[in-house]
Amino acid sequence: MITLMQKFMRRLFGNFFKKKKDIKMGLYGPPNGGKTTLANQVCKDWLGEEMGSVSNVAHETREIQIKEQLTIKSNGKELSFNLVDTPGIATKIDYEDFLKVGMKDGEAKARAKEATKGVVNAIKWLDDMDVVIVVLDSTKDPFTQVNITIVGNLQARDIPVLLVANKIDLKKSDIKRIQTAFPQYDVVGISAKCGNNMDEFYEALFKISR
Amino acid sequence: MLTLQFMPYDEIANLVSNKRISKVLNIVKGNNILLLEGRLRKEEEAELIKRTMEEIDEDFKGIELGVIYPDEKKNPDFFNKIKSNMINLLLGDRRGFTIMGPATIVREIKQDPNKIQLFTNTNFKL
Repeated sequence: MITLMQKFMRRLFGNFFKKKKDIKMGLYGPPNGGKTTLANQVCKDWLGEEMGSVSNVAHETREIQIKEQLTIKSNGKELSFNLVDTPGIATKIDYEDFLKVGMKDGEAKARAKEATKGVVNAIKWLDDMDVVIVVLDSTKDPFTQVNITIVGNLQARDIPVLLVANKIDLKKSDIKRIQTAFPQYDVVGISAKCGNNMDEFYEALFKISR
Repeated sequence: MLTLQFMPYDEIANLVSNKRISKVLNIVKGNNILLLEGRLRKEEEAELIKRTMEEIDEDFKGIELGVIYPDEKKNPDFFNKIKSNMINLLLGDRRGFTIMGPATIVREIKQDPNKIQLFTNTNFKL
């Protein structure tokens, strides 16, 4: 009950004093869904520069990265926010998985350690988000407990959510599976890598950030 | 040998969140598969992931987790929503069940609203 009261007071007074440009828009999701690729695409579209490095090896993003005061425009409207790219949320991290992709023992252990800290920080930051984009790989089964926990926690915190079905350029992509798993949310299919359907994505951002 | 440990919700019903998480995590860290009646709160599930990450080392690689939960109506009416929230608040969420195992034993838990499939690691022998 106390938590509920704290949440209510924070949202009431937090939003009252918050300027529009202080909106924190978080990118959340499991590892390798394409969060940083999407952050890069957004930054390229509106700032002409990338935000972070991407890799096929999971847990490339191990620290919270913020691009401040990003402004996007669509149909004569403007939306300013701080874009927060978070490490992928996972329930397990095994340094031996990194050995399998050719990393040396020390490097693999260090990456695993950093990745665990990244997940902890991503979860801690949930409370600070005003809007969250959950980035899911549309070629994979969306019905995992990590996805359900992320979405459930955003719902419990009353944070507006946009689900992005990424990688629609791939043959195995299936947006409907994501819509079926999370019928209460809008789902936008994009390819962050190829820049496909970004206009619809920006439109959806305006819709949920109102 | 693989141990499947059942935990009735009553065992965690009166514990504060921190202790609930410690209790289930300790069972899983003991190389057991836990079958919990009901589920943790949503915030506790996130906290469980956080605590799991903090405890990962060379022996403990994390957990696999799945929750089977009765299919809720997509748009429950106001009365049913209030009723369901009140029951959860007073009695805890005893509906459905949670299955949880160490990642060294459980490779993957596949789930849909009505069934759970648990895949063990190939190097793990029953």
